Amino acid sequence: MIEPRIIAILESIVGKENVATEKQDVFCYSYDATQMEYLPDAVVYPANAREVSLILKMANAENIPVFPRGAGSGFSGGSLPKGGGIVLVTTRMDKIVRIDTENLVAVVEPGVVTFQLQQEVEKLGLFYPPDPASMRFSTLGGNVAECAGGPRAVKYGVTREYVLGLEVVLPNGDIIRTGGETMKGVVGYDLTRLICGSEGTLGIITSIIVKLLPLPETKKTMLAVFSTIEGAARAVSAIIRGRIIPSTLEFMDHTAIQCVATHSHSMIPETAGAALIIEVDGDSDLVEKQVSSIREIIQPLDLLSFAAAKDDVEAEQLWETRRKVSPSLRRVNPHKINEDIVVPRSRVPEIIRRISAIHEKYSIPIVNFGHAGDGNIHVNIMIDKDIPGEEEKAEKAVRELVEATLELGGSISGEHGVGLSKAPYITMELRPAEIAVMKAVKHAFDPNNILNPGKIFPD
Amino acid sequence: MARGKVAIARAVLSGGIELDDRTYADMSRCLLCGSCVEKCPNDVPTDRIVMAAREVLARKRGLSSFHTAVRHVLKNRGLMKTGAFLAAVLHPLFLRKVPGTSGLRLRFPIPFVSRKRHFPKIAAKPFMDRYPEVVPGEPDKPRIVFFVGCMTNFVYPEIGESALRILRKLGCTVIIPKGQQCCGFPAISGGDRQTFDKLADSNIAALEKYRADFIMTGCASCGSALKEFYPAMLGESKPGLAERFQALAGKTLDAVVLLQRLGFKPEKVQSGMKSVVTYHDPCHLRRRKVTGEPRELLRSLPGAVFAEMENADSCCGLGGTFSVYHYGTSMAINSRKTRSIARSGADIVLTGCPGCMMQISDGLMREGIRKKVRHILEILSE
Repeated sequence: MIEPRIIAILESIVGKENVATEKQDVFCYSYDATQMEYLPDAVVYPANAREVSLILKMANAENIPVFPRGAGSGFSGGSLPKGGGIVLVTTRMDKIVRIDTENLVAVVEPGVVTFQLQQEVEKLGLFYPPDPASMRFSTLGGNVAECAGGPRAVKYGVTREYVLGLEVVLPNGDIIRTGGETMKGVVGYDLTRLICGSEGTLGIITSIIVKLLPLPETKKTMLAVFSTIEGAARAVSAIIRGRIIPSTLEFMDHTAIQCVATHSHSMIPETAGAALIIEVDGDSDLVEKQVSSIREIIQPLDLLSFAAAKDDVEAEQLWETRRKVSPSLRRVNPHKINEDIVVPRSRVPEIIRRISAIHEKYSIPIVNFGHAGDGNIHVNIMIDKDIPGEEEKAEKAVRELVEATLELGGSISGEHGVGLSKAPYITMELRPAEIAVMKAVKHAFDPNNILNPGKIFPD
Repeated sequence: MARGKVAIARAVLSGGIELDDRTYADMSRCLLCGSCVEKCPNDVPTDRIVMAAREVLARKRGLSSFHTAVRHVLKNRGLMKTGAFLAAVLHPLFLRKVPGTSGLRLRFPIPFVSRKRHFPKIAAKPFMDRYPEVVPGEPDKPRIVFFVGCMTNFVYPEIGESALRILRKLGCTVIIPKGQQCCGFPAISGGDRQTFDKLADSNIAALEKYRADFIMTGCASCGSALKEFYPAMLGESKPGLAERFQALAGKTLDAVVLLQRLGFKPEKVQSGMKSVVTYHDPCHLRRRKVTGEPRELLRSLPGAVFAEMENADSCCGLGGTFSVYHYGTSMAINSRKTRSIARSGADIVLTGCPGCMMQISDGLMREGIRKKVRHILEILSE
């Protein structure tokens, strides 16, 4: 329990109305998009960097853990207050400070919802590509902290590629600036890239400078349905090998298709073995050419049907179906173990074969979907924890999945982060010397370990 | 937020959270607009969960004083003929004058009404008092039972007049059963299940009394009550009546859907002057997917140009009794709507719900924006 004295200090910093301690309030900050729950002692909603700084200074002096949180839509437990402490919510810092159409950059506060920034820049003919499936509610602060990806990463890369500079409050209360509004900059270590993807363990982001691109003239969304999962997996590699980089190349297996089949807008036949949602963007003549090349390349690979969305509405319906896959999986079984592996793109067919083998070996439902175009596949092991032995079985399956991924030169998390859920596995991927240097970095930023403790590194 | 409310409801069930004042306040912060239900990939019925939680809270703690007033009036049969409904229910919703002093206001952080609210005039003669129960049409044309709803009856009788004018032009026989009462939405939104059940019983009896091809509603919320909530909620508590509620729901259509089915076409207008109109989707029509019909009708209007506003499908912020308790939040939600309307370039805002009309007018007046707010039936009947 947190002392009333501490609550009084928090209230003096942000105002009484921006500190919550009642059970109903703190309860709503005990979860994220995983199925884990840890109750915080208090929730605080600062309005600016100065308030964040005062909160951290106090917490550092009093040795109270602070857990930064945006919209709480993370998939690895990264914002969960394990062990109790203060949850610091960034949603009041929700202003788009500036969109600079001369330099093609934008300055935003961390609580801005990703989709909102995209809509605003698109009105000006500009483009912010990172598009996590949660973009309609996730915040940019969270996206940067987790280095979020999304379907468009296959062509445009992940959040990291768009962050030029940050304002960050360190655990001791110091406010630092990293990077800037220039397209280049090599003075000192690249702290921007270090903070990006640091999962809220090094500092709290209070301002973000992002790079924008010109909005592509047009795009074309295609749905390719395959009779076999093998065909779809080979199609992914074939397209990339064919020197075409689509703006998205999304994969859904048979079970994923079934989960969303009941949705009104699903255009994918329930019986399909697998499907790819492929989007190309750019100048209109180039786009048309790419559509026909893709069709030619994938035609021999167990292709059942191929269609391009006739308008934006149909394209959006396809995407809506894709975005609903992840939350729909609970139709298979109540508990989801959500893995987020990534392998070199040419190894996609191989990893799919290995996953099928694991599925057969443990006879446990595994649903695969995701950004196959960049080798990032969301592998969801669906279990019912109430059935004795299921959890143990699933754990073994996860271990084998991790082993297979690493053997193929991959990584255990493409975009969700380690947080709590993948911490037990990081020693399988990182060697002791690598973990030691990371821990030294953490210690340099946060010697008292008050900021988001218990994340990334296993206890 | 939907996720928080569902989590709290779950914690209440598992005993982690008490049903106290705070839970009551949390559950009251929902407009029952249903947009979370529409977006949910797992079809979680958050609106029903909130309604169920309110019901349990009302049983445990008693109804709030406002909802007690609502209950008292709604339960008196024949109230649609009397001024009682007006005095007790519509008064706090519309009237600027607040019973009690400013001292009272301070003691109760949730006063019945905000002084800032603008309110429409109450009709001199309620709609239902103007017509007999059966307005005969041509014998071979459809027979329509009209479920009027309180807002149309007392506040916007012109909606009823417009509906009647169109249906008579189409040759329909219009039946306005005298036994109909409030649809019960205001009661159930406060957790008063008993009153809701009683009103539903009376309404089903009144609506079944006449042979009819369709039952028409001109109020989005009444329509949702008849079409969604009667069969869903009463099907559970009164399994014997389930089939009848289903049958009733099947026959019930919103006015614009009915007009399309009847092949209605707006008349040619002689004048060259065209007004620009925009349309607001009431939540209780949007969630029933009635979004295409009103637009098609408006696009076919010879005397008007239809301009789509931004976020046409977002809530106006009324949420029935929600706006009584949380006027500030209600108007904050509304201000987005007001901005979209202002930017749309339209002279007239049309919608399919008298509740939305009241809320939108209030918002526009607060901002000093001079635009007409009308029910879609009004412009279609001209």
